[in-house]
Amino acid sequence: MNNEEKLAYMTSKKYKPPKRDFKSLLERNRESGGYLFRKNVGSWFYVFLRGMLLFGLCFLILQPLLNKFSLSVMSERDLFDSTVINIPREFTLSNYELTATLLDFFPSLLKTFLMALAVGILQVASCTFVGYGFARFQFPLKKFWFLCVMMLILIPPQTILSSLYLYFATFDIFGIFTLTTGAPLILLDSPVPYLMMSMTCMGLKNGLYIYMIRQFFRGVPKELEEAAYVDGCGKFKTFYSIMLPDAKAIITSCFLFSFVWQWTDSLFTNLFLRNMNLLSTSVQSIPQTLQSYYQNHFGRHAFPSMALQEQLLATGMLMFITPLIILYLIAQKGFVESISQSGIKM
Amino acid sequence: MSENKNVGDAVLSVPSAESPPPQKNQKQPKKRGFLAQKYHNATFATKNAIAGYLFISPFILGFLVFMFLPILESLRMVFSDVVPDMENSKYAMDFVGLENLRRVFFTDPEFNRLLTEELLKMVFTVPAIIVFSFFVALIINQKFKGRGFVRSVFFLPVILSAGVMLGLETSSALLNEYRDLIQESNALTSGITDVLEELLLSGGMMDDFLYYILQIVNQIYNIALTSGMQIIIFLSGLQTISPSMYEASKIEGATAWESFWKITFPMISSLILVNVVYSVIDYFVRSDNTVMTKVTNEISKMDYGFSSAMAWAYFLIVIVVVGILAGIISRRVYYYE
Repeated sequence: MNNEEKLAYMTSKKYKPPKRDFKSLLERNRESGGYLFRKNVGSWFYVFLRGMLLFGLCFLILQPLLNKFSLSVMSERDLFDSTVINIPREFTLSNYELTATLLDFFPSLLKTFLMALAVGILQVASCTFVGYGFARFQFPLKKFWFLCVMMLILIPPQTILSSLYLYFATFDIFGIFTLTTGAPLILLDSPVPYLMMSMTCMGLKNGLYIYMIRQFFRGVPKELEEAAYVDGCGKFKTFYSIMLPDAKAIITSCFLFSFVWQWTDSLFTNLFLRNMNLLSTSVQSIPQTLQSYYQNHFGRHAFPSMALQEQLLATGMLMFITPLIILYLIAQKGFVESISQSGIKM
Repeated sequence: MSENKNVGDAVLSVPSAESPPPQKNQKQPKKRGFLAQKYHNATFATKNAIAGYLFISPFILGFLVFMFLPILESLRMVFSDVVPDMENSKYAMDFVGLENLRRVFFTDPEFNRLLTEELLKMVFTVPAIIVFSFFVALIINQKFKGRGFVRSVFFLPVILSAGVMLGLETSSALLNEYRDLIQESNALTSGITDVLEELLLSGGMMDDFLYYILQIVNQIYNIALTSGMQIIIFLSGLQTISPSMYEASKIEGATAWESFWKITFPMISSLILVNVVYSVIDYFVRSDNTVMTKVTNEISKMDYGFSSAMAWAYFLIVIVVVGILAGIISRRVYYYE
């Protein structure tokens, strides 16, 4: 049989492929001079090792969450029982009930959600405009303004925190309010200043969003824009109906980032939104709230145990991040793809 | 943002003086206001510039009002003694020169110590974060069963280590200590690194490098928690490398090891720069950073002059560190294109 006949035989219907059992494996291995065996064992070993490693690392990250979960369904007595490590002897949901009353959970959840939504939308909308402006237009002083964006990324908000605080305590744009109402506005403890800052790209990590969105728009081919101009689109219409639909993925991930970071933010929330009782402030103060709850219900000298405080803190944290995790699981697929589209570079 | 479309709409109704009389069989030129006419006659480049400025105007406004003015204000605070007077919602500033800075560096017992500690810790942690996130990104870029799940677990730290969560995580350490105590009294387990350390010490093989590795292994949870964003950035970079490069090198006979060092590493090197800068900044600005905690504490004590001086000193040092690192690394970065 020469090669052509062999090929014809192998493609015809009479041909039966060799059985892939252990015996033929040995045979094939002998034919290949031991190569097959070495290769298979090597790749199995690799897959096994990788699996072990990934399992370990995943467990490492998830372990605190699981730990908190088991803590949150334990009764208080189980904590002092040294034979109980992770699985509770008495399963209970009372921790969740108590935490929900302490946090005033559902109204507070709604407020937090609305705030994060508003801030996210405002920040992403303004950052999209600015990112597009930087990516697609040439104008004088462009480099200088982009340097300012870089500064925005680099300067930690804590640097200007103190002056920002005083600034909003006596808020006045060039003396307009003093002229009209006689006194500067006191804008602390209201969401207005933070919403204004979000509207003008000065929120948490907004420099990063501008940068990412700019990188994305820079990658869009110029021909697309030119075709739109030739067909009679104005500058804004080109942006709105040609560029924006393409950028859906990157905008969504920026929105997710800003939503999540606003949800868990303590810096600006403590500064401006303390009175709104958002979840991020009330979760922090669970021990204190628990203390006063005890004193209201069991008399002045009642103190909750340290263990109960920790338990409720764990429960509160779980309740605090569960909505985020759900949101994240829904949206995580687009994360990497959209960021790789933007092609971050330096 | 639609101003650029109809600049001068308000003055459209005023007929311009030099509009020609209407003629038959000829398209009547549109009547425009002064500004609209100016815009109409402008060159393409000018129009572009106007549109560009309109698009970035929110940023300029915000930067000037919420960043530049506060920065100036806080710079002024550095050099003055701030006396807040909350009832009249005012504050007075007395110029004191370098007094605040002198206090930060020479009088304050904590600042120098905390700063050097954080800097040293940064030198230890950032390389570990970079190596770890690069390694993880390489692994989860491969195809295997359950990849989606593994990826979402590795990105979870983006949520878990943000904002409040970090502070709470450290505050619940008390209970963990309590549990450790129980476990120690049971004497069933002690950390595997402790055992290894003892073994190596008794074997006389304990040098600085090994000690460093062991410390990192002990810190692996913290490192995994801080490297969520870096993993995303590396992974996105890995996905932009075209598979045909690997194919070509494979045909030419390169092994996986070679193609890693000759293709993957150079292609990803620009992202190493991005990630180093990101990690360093992130490390210094984190709310569990002790210097940052000190600054915020001083703010809540209403010691504004001192706290701004501290924040500025810290910020300038961070900028210098980032600049040096970026300068060193960017020389070795390879740009494809």
